[in-house]
Amino acid sequence: MDFLILHDGWLPILSILMILPLAGAFLLFFIPKEKFQKYWALGVTIVTAAVSLPLYFLFDQTTYKYQFGEHHSWIPALNVNYTLGIDGISLLLVLMTTLLMPLCVLCSWRYITTKVREFMFCILVIEASMLGVFMALDFVFFYIVWEATLIPMFFLIGVWGGERKLYASIKFFLYTLAGSVMMLVAIIALYFNTDPHTFSIPLLMGQGHSSIFQNWVFVAFFLAFAIKVPMFPFHTWLPAAHVQAPTAGSVILASVLLKMGTYGFLRFCLPITPLATVTFTPFILWLSVAGILYGGFTALAQNDMKKLIAYSSVGHMGFVTLGIFVFNPIGMEGAVLQMINHGITTGALFLCVGMIYERTHTRELDQNAGLGVYMPVYVTFLAFFSLSSLAFPGTNSFIGEFMILAGAFTKSKLVACCAIPGAILAAAYMLRMLQKLIWGGTDNPTHTGLTDLNTREIVTLAPLLILVFWIGLAPKPFVNVMHVSVAHLLEQVNGMQTGVAPIANFMMP
Amino acid sequence: MEVIISSKPLVAMLCALIGAILVSLSGRNPNIRESWSVAAAVCMFAVIGSMIPEVMAGNVYKYQLFDMLPGLSLTFRADAFSMIFAIVASFLWILAAFYSMGYMRGLEEHAQTRFNTCFALSLFGAIGVAFADNLFTLYLFYEIVSICTYPLVAHHQDEEGYSGARKYIVYLTTTAKGLLLPAMILIYVLTGSLDFADNIHTGIFPAGVNGVVVTILYICCLLGFAKNGIMPVHNWLPGAMVAPTPVSALLHAVAVVKVGVFSTTRVMLYVFGTDQMSALNLGVPTAYFVSFTIITASIIALTKDNLKARLAYSTVSQLSYIILGVALLTPNGIGGGLVHIANHAFSKITLFFCAGAIYVATRKKTISQMAGLGRTMPFTFTAFGIASLSMIGAPPVAGFVTKWKLLVGAMEMPAHSIGILLVLLASTLLNVGYFAPVTYRAFFSKPPEGEAYEGIKEAPLSMVIPLMIAAIISVIIGIYPDFMMTFVNLVTK
Repeated sequence: MDFLILHDGWLPILSILMILPLAGAFLLFFIPKEKFQKYWALGVTIVTAAVSLPLYFLFDQTTYKYQFGEHHSWIPALNVNYTLGIDGISLLLVLMTTLLMPLCVLCSWRYITTKVREFMFCILVIEASMLGVFMALDFVFFYIVWEATLIPMFFLIGVWGGERKLYASIKFFLYTLAGSVMMLVAIIALYFNTDPHTFSIPLLMGQGHSSIFQNWVFVAFFLAFAIKVPMFPFHTWLPAAHVQAPTAGSVILASVLLKMGTYGFLRFCLPITPLATVTFTPFILWLSVAGILYGGFTALAQNDMKKLIAYSSVGHMGFVTLGIFVFNPIGMEGAVLQMINHGITTGALFLCVGMIYERTHTRELDQNAGLGVYMPVYVTFLAFFSLSSLAFPGTNSFIGEFMILAGAFTKSKLVACCAIPGAILAAAYMLRMLQKLIWGGTDNPTHTGLTDLNTREIVTLAPLLILVFWIGLAPKPFVNVMHVSVAHLLEQVNGMQTGVAPIANFMMP
Repeated sequence: MEVIISSKPLVAMLCALIGAILVSLSGRNPNIRESWSVAAAVCMFAVIGSMIPEVMAGNVYKYQLFDMLPGLSLTFRADAFSMIFAIVASFLWILAAFYSMGYMRGLEEHAQTRFNTCFALSLFGAIGVAFADNLFTLYLFYEIVSICTYPLVAHHQDEEGYSGARKYIVYLTTTAKGLLLPAMILIYVLTGSLDFADNIHTGIFPAGVNGVVVTILYICCLLGFAKNGIMPVHNWLPGAMVAPTPVSALLHAVAVVKVGVFSTTRVMLYVFGTDQMSALNLGVPTAYFVSFTIITASIIALTKDNLKARLAYSTVSQLSYIILGVALLTPNGIGGGLVHIANHAFSKITLFFCAGAIYVATRKKTISQMAGLGRTMPFTFTAFGIASLSMIGAPPVAGFVTKWKLLVGAMEMPAHSIGILLVLLASTLLNVGYFAPVTYRAFFSKPPEGEAYEGIKEAPLSMVIPLMIAAIISVIIGIYPDFMMTFVNLVTK
């Protein structure tokens, strides 16, 4: 257990983080009125966020080991344990998840009018399971929480979604389930190929399996995570799910669920199958570039704001996978930071779309054109988040993209140059959306009677705006926590690399 | 050289930012709103003025605001080079603030609060560019200028305004994202830092960096700062002339385009450095490349009857003088280029001010309609004449200093002197060709048939006084160029 620093306080803080929303969810059934249920859900998520904050300050930045660890035997016969712990990579994801959830409750305040109790129940359950994903260090528990995120999300889309909610929810469920099954096979294969048999994720790292076996495991993992990210060409479920999901569902989906895919690459693919990772790197880099360009071009053609942002996510997540697979510190740190940035910025953009949909009941750009005069506060927020999304210097995404592209230029100038048009496209589709919403053209629809943002909505957006500029101008507190963990991860990959030539060397001049 | 750690450069910028916020909050009362604009402009000029003595003594102000990553920070510096641009821009903002008050009220334009807010924000960006200490800070404020000037270009919100503004933003963001961003990141990867060098010679590239890569980076920077109006990325400028004239005046004669050439020359001298440029033989090709712009834009200007369009192409042509001067890589050439940042600013803003004054007084846009108008609007056309002489480069107006330095700089070149001299000669003749007729016809031609200019008089005083001041200063800095030359000599030392 030398990979784990057990938590020595009297309270197991990571378990508490999961139990709080879970317990809160079940207690919802004892709360009578819808109004109180909302306040209860808000309170639970805020308390969870408050409990998670000390993690940052207690976190030891000088070690790569998993901290705040908990380890209990669960099914001794199969060597299944309940092991939790976080390192520099998962810490920020945990904090982002807990921070976003109160905002998800706030944005549903008026949006959700039916089955409020059940809605809040789903939100709280999904919070608990998402936190579990980022904390789990044992495959069995990991698989359970990984699958557990699907069910509340399925209901969020299927019950509170738009017109084609059933289609979207089933498509979402089938796609991700298909990936998960592949992952289950890989997990079991790993279990039986390791001596002694273990599900412990850190123990499975660096086992030195044969490269053929690693290739198969990698492919299985890759499919699961690539669907989740989603990487081009596995992305088709995403726009459908986003368009039909309620605002809170879109925010959770974009900000957290997608990160589970890239987190999976970092936590499993790279350290467990390093040989295969190196082998497949050129393909993944080019798939990332394809995603960046495809997402950008498709976003440029959208008239539905949610679709636009959904396709922009495909592009942004392409940058993240690009950063992960360049295998140098700056690129990988940029990728982890960009995961957080995308969570903040795209989450905020979906919140913005939700706010406008509540007012005009349409997400079409043309029908929402020229709002600037009527909703100055709203468009100011939207402008800042859009600029963040297009990686305007001084905002969070710029730092992330800068680091990723710096890493990419170090790895291969050709790949980096091919990704650059993605940055131009991001500016193009974001500025196009912004221009239409704020200014429109000479024949805008009339919007008289529209009210600007109320206090609740401003409170929802303000924390994200602060983070946009905080990370954009002073990223060191966020980057420093991951230094050691990223360095260790790279060591795990590069240590295995000697003597292995990537197939398709010709693809990487 | 001494480094003074002081927040003065930041304070100067904050004057504009706070001014913009106050303007946007006081939209209900136009008088208070406009007084915030003027107050911000005066404060900014005062803060920048207070730095002049130390900078003239050869010292440099520096201030680090945020330290982001190793080698990447938000840092400001005020050295002689930045002062050339900062003094000019902040001083002309005062004139433009008064002028735009007269113009916007005279035409009863809509959305004046938004207009004034964005105006101040653009100055915030422009001064940020002037005081940037590294490529990242420069890029940040360069982009702020792009975004904040969009509402100014699209001000009229008609089809023409939108299409001009779309062209404007597409050109500027595409070049910035597509060329500058990768160049910046690659420079960071190669050198580990984006900070400018302390002098114009050494550059920041360590020995042994591949010359081909440096050349590619250089080309990316030259074309990436598309605000410099180099052909073939100049087309946004004529399109942006749909904006109200004060915008054209300040932003497209001073702030925006000068941000472009300032950034270009800053990067040429302080990132690549004259040594590297000479070693890679980048100077002469650049000089010939921009010469094409100088000549072609002048020829296009000849064909334009719309006064603002003619001025726009004149700007495209004149901006390339600045880059041409720096590309000569001789002390006098660089000096001539840099001093033209100031000289062109004062003269060109005079010309635009005149065009706006004519429009407010007569609603006339084309040169052919202005025949004989000089006798009705003597002050405006006199100022126009003076500024034209400066553009042509006739003594004793400011432009003469530029031409003189450029010619001396061209003579100092080891080779290709004749070619550059011919370009300068040809462009001067073209300048005469497209500027002289405007003034000549205004004073000496007969008015068009059936046009008596009845009831037309000079534009309001708040417009005529600024344009006269700008014209007079054009003459003063032509006769006494020492003030600006002090800074220029500090740079080329």
